[in-house]
Amino acid sequence: MNQKSVIQVKNLTKRFGTFTAVDNISFTVQKGEIFGFLGANGAGKTTAMRMLCGLSKPTEGSAIIAGFDIYQETEKIKRSIGYMSQKFSLYEDLSVNENIHFFGGIYGLSKKEIRERASLLIDKLGLKSASDKLVGSLPLGWKQKLAFSVAIFHNPKIVFLDEPTGGVDPITRRQFWDLIYEASDSGITVFVTTHYMDEATYCHRITMMVDGVIKALDTPSNLKEQYKAESIDEVFFELARNAKRKAD
Amino acid sequence: MKQFWGFIYKEFLHVFRDKKTLLLLFGLPIIQILLFGFALTNEIKNAKVAIIDNARDIGSKQIISKIEASQQFSITRFISPKQIELAFKTGKIKMAIVFPQDFYEDLMHEKSGKIQLIMDASDPNTATTLANVASGIIQSYTTTLQENNQLPININLDTRMLYNPSLQGSTNFVPGVMALVLLLICVLMTSVSIVREKENGTLELLLVSPFNAVMIILAKAIPYLIISLFNLVIILLLSVYVLDMEIKGNLILLFTESTLLIITALSLGLLISNIAATQQVAMVVSLMGMLLPTMLLTGFMFPIENMPLPLQLISNLVPSKWYYIIIKNIMIKGLGIEAVWRETLILFGMTLFLLALSIKNFKTRLA
Repeated sequence: MNQKSVIQVKNLTKRFGTFTAVDNISFTVQKGEIFGFLGANGAGKTTAMRMLCGLSKPTEGSAIIAGFDIYQETEKIKRSIGYMSQKFSLYEDLSVNENIHFFGGIYGLSKKEIRERASLLIDKLGLKSASDKLVGSLPLGWKQKLAFSVAIFHNPKIVFLDEPTGGVDPITRRQFWDLIYEASDSGITVFVTTHYMDEATYCHRITMMVDGVIKALDTPSNLKEQYKAESIDEVFFELARNAKRKAD
Repeated sequence: MKQFWGFIYKEFLHVFRDKKTLLLLFGLPIIQILLFGFALTNEIKNAKVAIIDNARDIGSKQIISKIEASQQFSITRFISPKQIELAFKTGKIKMAIVFPQDFYEDLMHEKSGKIQLIMDASDPNTATTLANVASGIIQSYTTTLQENNQLPININLDTRMLYNPSLQGSTNFVPGVMALVLLLICVLMTSVSIVREKENGTLELLLVSPFNAVMIILAKAIPYLIISLFNLVIILLLSVYVLDMEIKGNLILLFTESTLLIITALSLGLLISNIAATQQVAMVVSLMGMLLPTMLLTGFMFPIENMPLPLQLISNLVPSKWYYIIIKNIMIKGLGIEAVWRETLILFGMTLFLLALSIKNFKTRLA
């Protein structure tokens, strides 16, 4: 067993009745890696990610997350991961500070730790003048950066991002990715689902899911080479055009 | 535990930041209690009446058969005054009619007789109506006697109102409004606040956190429990100081029973939040699901005894019906737990069932 691999997935399957949402997927992710999960809507990326986060029980297969088994040790997994969903999700009716304190609190950080880290974070994001403003009044780009920072506030080993940059312009998206690189540099593994192909090229390795199955898994440049494509977009199109499931 | 308090604090922030919710939370009980201050009139059918016939003569028999023939009464016979008291307390009878010894003899020789009417006036509308109907029947009997004997005959009615001698109309609806307000607020607030987290995606964030799912539910419920108890205090204060009502029973018992209903309501709210996808759906289901059964089947607006049997049976499933009976007994009749333990047990059972069901539902949704 490789000491440095933080996610090990083997033959993971999730069925809802007769429908197989995720079909026998296997992969490993290294520490500090930015691992992209690509696929059309309905390809099974979110279902796969929910299983890894302990939000959903797999039908079959095994997975070790941050050294813990997803069947037996969900509580320990929960302490070692951060999560940001596709809906921008902080409390809009609470201030920046209150959100940070609340989420820091439910991860069991002490008041002192929260205060120290919060002031660092607010400085870093340049939110000093807005720290007592309600999150709902911030622009979307800021909210997303804040949501990401809150997701890694407790120093998780892995952070799961489910289509984190939906609805923002490419420049804001690029700025968001600066934060992701920073987290990766500090040793946090980033697992990100997306359907933006420009975002895919930012990842260290990407997985392409079609109809619940992993069709390709490699670095963006290797994939382009392998499929003799100009861009990731083309690779994805090549793989996804035979998809049977309709996007929802 | 520290996490838990942080969570509760956060829930309170949600409540106090939302001005509309605040208005609903604290405006609703005040408006309800003042609105229902108007007396409600009820039609009476088959009210249970006890007869104590000390005379057993032709006079009493004729009056009893007249009462028996009327649509409004159904007669249960009791012998001893002790049994009468118990029957009133357990709500088995609404009225008792007492004939003195030598009733007919006095009527014939002294041209005057005496009948005592005892009413359960904790429901003042029913009590007055019953008294009026009964005196009408007796009056018509006097008229026939007079016509037959060509003599002026007089029957004096001695009417006694039990529990609520001054017939304050407002007292009766207060327990009903308490049930209504507690149910509405708790069910509505819990279901909407959970569905809101679902809609905003923050619920997922909480579920991937190490914070236990049951703790999430508890932390959501406690602020509304506190707010509801506060509301209860407002209702009681308004009832005592604005509507001149007297609280006869034990306050601690009153609040304990109310807490039980609040927990029932919180479980119902959780159950609704499991099925509702949007805040609007949660709101409509909570309002329709709580408002109508509570108004119609609790018994505080329309007497359940008058309803068709199927509805009477259905009313047994409405938690607020039992709460209403309990609170009426405690607040108006001043009775203790020994009088309401059966209803309390039923309500407790319902609460346990709903709570278990809603937590199970909440957990399976995650799988």
